[in-house]
Amino acid sequence: MTTETQQIDAQQIDRADLVEYLLRLGDNSMILGQRLCEWCGHGPVLEEDIALSNVALDLIGQARLIYTHAGEVEGKGQTEDDIAFLRDVFDWKNVHLVEQPNGDFADTMARQFMIDCYNVELFSALTKSTDDQLAAIAAKTLKEVTYHRRHSGEWVIRLGDGTDESHRRIQAAFDRHWIFVEELFESDDLDARITAAGIGPDPKSLRPAWDSMMDRVLSEATLTRPTADFPRSGGRKGEHSEYLGYILADMQFMQRAYPGMDW
Amino acid sequence: MPVVSLDQQRKFPTEAAIWRLLEEVPDPEVPVLTILDLGVVRSVAVAENGAIRIGVTPTYSGCPATAAINMAIRDRLLQAGHDTVTIDTILAPAWTTDWISEDGKRKLRDYGIAPPVGTAAGEGAGRGTLFGADPDVPCPHCGSAHTEKVSEFGSTACKAQYRCTDCLEPFEYFKCI
Ligand SMILES: [Zn+2]
Repeated sequence: MTTETQQIDAQQIDRADLVEYLLRLGDNSMILGQRLCEWCGHGPVLEEDIALSNVALDLIGQARLIYTHAGEVEGKGQTEDDIAFLRDVFDWKNVHLVEQPNGDFADTMARQFMIDCYNVELFSALTKSTDDQLAAIAAKTLKEVTYHRRHSGEWVIRLGDGTDESHRRIQAAFDRHWIFVEELFESDDLDARITAAGIGPDPKSLRPAWDSMMDRVLSEATLTRPTADFPRSGGRKGEHSEYLGYILADMQFMQRAYPGMDW
Repeated sequence: MPVVSLDQQRKFPTEAAIWRLLEEVPDPEVPVLTILDLGVVRSVAVAENGAIRIGVTPTYSGCPATAAINMAIRDRLLQAGHDTVTIDTILAPAWTTDWISEDGKRKLRDYGIAPPVGTAAGEGAGRGTLFGADPDVPCPHCGSAHTEKVSEFGSTACKAQYRCTDCLEPFEYFKCI
């Protein structure tokens, strides 16, 4: 495909579709970033406290870039702050995995490794997006999420291949979070239109690489790949667990209490 | 050489003059580096009416220094009498530590921070791992090659924490991205 055709394709997508797709991307980063912030001052060791805050900062930075772009595509004057602070639960399009409670350090690392592996595949595909601004954001994001995956992946191995207690906890963490895997790779009509316009990949196409990385690391960590009988779904359509409301209450309090407040 | 009044230099600066001013702006988080050493200033343009446009690229998406750098640029130019300044955020191509100048790397080492090893493009010493190459980082204090990683993340987004097993000093490593 030539660059010229790609640009035309990107213009052919419905604006509302593109905004919706950008919200799905941005909301995953925003909610996980906000979740990880809860570790600040509570990390198991100082280095990990700092590490989790750094990862959170990257994620929130990515969300800011994506929201700013979404506001510009939409063309109604919404800023990144409007998008982050003035939407209620049903307007959020993140997957269930990112809104799960932090649990213990093993829960956080299992969740993080699952999403990091997903983000590496997703954002490498997005570097080829026909939406030039999204491709630019993806190129930047890809470097960061690749680094995050190294951090969470090494912890998964260290905990799995560590003591009996750490092995038991990280295995339990994967078991607990496995019901959220399917949702990462679901496709709907919006995905079909986005894929047809060359804006983003078909989520299903990311699965083989995700599976292969996951299997290599789980085996290195002496862990067993879990199975999920009743996978969760619907986050990307605005259906969420009750956890999301609490996250938003915390995150949006200032803007709700003092509308229009600026730093 | 035509004589140009100071007032005219202020109103219609050359691009070279703006670059010289930017050379004096320190990085807010690693103040031994200038923002030019760091490679974040991508373009400088002066319009016919004297309006200045500067393209700046963020190091990390969430780096809090980005806002501080933009403010410092405005500050320095304002001090020199330039008040019509637009700063554009340039995302592509994404910033890489390959853009840190050789002089910048030397300054980092002198300051006690190990500069990036190899290039982001992939050349350089290191051990292959499941998640990519893990670099061999020499100690900036004693030069020893016997060092170990303490944590992938440090006091700022751009650094990791290391320790020298010879002189036993901890040090920060400017991550290669
Ligand atoms: Zn040393």
